[in-house]
Amino acid sequence: MSAPAMGTSKTAHDSSNKKKRGPGTLAIAYLVIYNVVMTAGWLVIAVGLVRAYLARGSYHGLYYSIEKPLKFFQTVALLEILHCAVGIVPSSVVLTGFQVMSRVFLTWAVTHSVREVQSEDSVLLFVAAWTITEIIRYSFYTFSLLNHLPYLIKWARYTFFIVLYPMGVTGELLTIYAALPYVQKTGLYSITLPNKYNFSFDYHTFLILIMISYIPLFPQLYFHMMRQRKKVLGHVDEYSKVE
Amino acid sequence: MSRTTFFEVEILDTKTKEQLCFLDKVEPHSSIADIKSLFHKSYPKWYPARQSLRLDPKGKALRDDDILQNLPVGTSASIYFKDLGPQLGWTMVFLVEYLGPLLIYLLFYLRVPYIYSKKHTFTSSTHPVVSLACACHSFHYIKRLIETIFLHRFSHGTMPLGSIVRNCAYYWGFAAWLAYYINHPLYTPPSYGERQVNYALMIFLLCEAGNFSIHWTLNGLKCEGSKSRRYPRPSKNPFTWLFVFVSCPNYTYEVGAWVGLSIMTQCVPVALFTLVGFAQMTIWARGKHKTYIREFKDYPNLRMPILPLIL
Repeated sequence: MSAPAMGTSKTAHDSSNKKKRGPGTLAIAYLVIYNVVMTAGWLVIAVGLVRAYLARGSYHGLYYSIEKPLKFFQTVALLEILHCAVGIVPSSVVLTGFQVMSRVFLTWAVTHSVREVQSEDSVLLFVAAWTITEIIRYSFYTFSLLNHLPYLIKWARYTFFIVLYPMGVTGELLTIYAALPYVQKTGLYSITLPNKYNFSFDYHTFLILIMISYIPLFPQLYFHMMRQRKKVLGHVDEYSKVE
Repeated sequence: MSRTTFFEVEILDTKTKEQLCFLDKVEPHSSIADIKSLFHKSYPKWYPARQSLRLDPKGKALRDDDILQNLPVGTSASIYFKDLGPQLGWTMVFLVEYLGPLLIYLLFYLRVPYIYSKKHTFTSSTHPVVSLACACHSFHYIKRLIETIFLHRFSHGTMPLGSIVRNCAYYWGFAAWLAYYINHPLYTPPSYGERQVNYALMIFLLCEAGNFSIHWTLNGLKCEGSKSRRYPRPSKNPFTWLFVFVSCPNYTYEVGAWVGLSIMTQCVPVALFTLVGFAQMTIWARGKHKTYIREFKDYPNLRMPILPLIL
């Protein structure tokens, strides 16, 4: 089996000016395995959701049936920050870090920490959005690394987000909003004055600020993906080069 | 071709490639700065500091002191223009960035209305360390302001407006945040009492003196003229002996001063500000260190960028 091309880009950003050389053969093999495992993991979550729905006959409380694999695979995604830092993936550490941390935050600091929101329907909304997105994304990376990207996967990656992204954001915001009264009541993750380190933190206010931050951030990321879509899908004839 | 041949210069927009300006009868020994002035006459809102001129749309910007006839162009030159956006002179930038924290902290120290609860408005703290912290914080920024006005000489003329807004948000925001806690009615003084405060004050003062000494030394280097470039060395002043170990002792001392303030106030936001500042200054120090190594073949091996023997 021939070694795949060096410096295969995993995003549509052209990194031809980066002074780091692309990943070596071992790194590519590792990344392929990583992405296959992640695709499989999110498929497990998808199947789990469908089976639970069929068994119960309703959309409610499906979170509990996939709680463990969701936490596991979403947390493992932290490795992607490492991939960027080490250089085997040509993405920005800051951008990737930001994306992964926001997911991990929602999984652990909101949904896991505030039990009362786990039965909310908004949780299903973002879990479903994440699941479909991640299955497509990780299979996209897998195929890209193997230099064998079916147009369908590329199309899906740059098209599904149009619906999934707003859907996920809606689910996330509704979930955080649902958590607010419980956080305020119990003073979860909050520190008050006086204390010997002269520091205070109000998690309730923090969550509200997080919600507000979606207002500038979401449009930026959304339109960035739109521009990427035009760039990547706009040139159908030379798709092999664009990657 | 005799030397009296004049050049023609057309200035094109980098993005649209349309011709913005055509200059004929340009003296061959004109500098880019002259071209910028001429261009400014046609487009008054694009003063020279916000013009970026280059020979190739994707190439590097030309320097102000480049001479037209020394550039790889014929007698008919095409130069690409990019607008760098509104610019502010460095001195103004630093004045704005430093006046903010100075004044904002005082607002919290004086406990102006609407920050703390009504019954604490315009009261003062019972803890002496709070007044001391205010004095130190104010001293730090006053010193910086004085250095900016009288001491520092800046190389590039200006900074873009967007960066200034961002930097101010950072400095001003953090100053407000840490001032809020130190001057809070529920502030808790340091666990080890006066001893902790006194040691911390000593660290703070020594580092401020150190930082000033380094700025003084660096300023002395620049005075010798831009042609004879030398890297900074230790002098008779003991504070400069840190140059033996570190390329950027001014940053080292700066971190030290803030560590002193953190210990003095025993306040997490101050410690966080110190940490973030340390991270940023380490990045700058490493860049400066690399530049020194590249430029001077005999640069001392023992020196590290910011922390002796470590970083």
